[in-house]
Amino acid sequence: MKYKFGILFSLVFLFNCNQTVKNDKEITYVENTNSMEDIELEILDFKSFEPYLNKEDNQVYVINFWATWCAPCVKELPAFEKIHDKYRNKNVKVILVSLDFPKQYESKLVPFIKDHKIQSQVVVLNDTDSNTWIPKVSEEWTGAIPSTLIYSRNNREFYEKSFNYNDLETEVEQFLK
Amino acid sequence: MKLLKVSIVLIAIIALSAFTSLDSPGYKVGDIATDFNLENVDGNMVSLSNYPESKGFIIIFTCNTCPYAVAYEDRVVALNKKYAALGYPVIAIMPNSPTASPGDNMDAMKARAKAKGFNFPYLLDKGQKVYPEYGASRTPHVYVLQKTNKGNQVKYIGAIDDNYQHPESVNQKYVENAVDALLAGKPIQETHTRAIGCTIKV
Repeated sequence: MKYKFGILFSLVFLFNCNQTVKNDKEITYVENTNSMEDIELEILDFKSFEPYLNKEDNQVYVINFWATWCAPCVKELPAFEKIHDKYRNKNVKVILVSLDFPKQYESKLVPFIKDHKIQSQVVVLNDTDSNTWIPKVSEEWTGAIPSTLIYSRNNREFYEKSFNYNDLETEVEQFLK
Repeated sequence: MKLLKVSIVLIAIIALSAFTSLDSPGYKVGDIATDFNLENVDGNMVSLSNYPESKGFIIIFTCNTCPYAVAYEDRVVALNKKYAALGYPVIAIMPNSPTASPGDNMDAMKARAKAKGFNFPYLLDKGQKVYPEYGASRTPHVYVLQKTNKGNQVKYIGAIDDNYQHPESVNQKYVENAVDALLAGKPIQETHTRAIGCTIKV
């Protein structure tokens, strides 16, 4: 699966290359997509994903559960991207956990990541037995998305709600105090 | 000034804690569910009191636009086919605001009900009054009710089954297990389950 996506992106990259020698503007675009060339989806079941919820280093983890089909999730993604951009040098790590359907990984998720030039780490959680794993993320979670977990070594909060940038930054700042 | 600030924070904490999930609004298993009077896709109004013969209900908050809800449409039709005859009809309620989610307006609901051959009422929660009373937080979200002399008692809250992707790979049919237990007069093994779903659009 990963191999397949790798080839796909190499092809896209080559294709763009041929197209873009024409003017400077498009060459800039290629430079941007260049970093996206190596997109490889990290597709995990809950057991493999669980370590992301329990890191014990000195970082603050902002774990957002989303999907491309979830309109309020897509709407709030820029806030998470901005946190990633502004706080990545301040020990804050944003992880976007996609709950997209497997049949849409190639048709929706990968193009979405590419088109929106998502910079935060994306991992894909594919585990149908959500009744078992939802409470392991948070006992408070009913299962609706968007939802976000923020944790550090000493603190852990779960939010079953949408965020705007200011509210998200306020929460992240609490963890940095 | 400091005292004022502290008191404001304290009041805020108390106010917020009233709304945390431990005290989450909505029904818990054992509560008596309220009746409602909502418009169906056929233009008629539907209430639980319209079903004097039923033993209970399978209330499903669902919608047109959530892929998880869509993935379960055929299974909801099958549930009603099996259990309406046994006294537990399905009643589907669409909780989203049609303004926030135009794909869920009454015309779209009518079209979907027709296309998928819904054999059960598909009601619009006009004004979004019913879903908060139940405490539904997502689509799909199921409440199994049993008629008792106190009223319609909530017996099960949660997911339809444990595999939204592959109906053939389902291990636990939570709703069927719950209704089967009620029909057999036995305790329900799992009265509360969770599943990923779409947030309700307000």
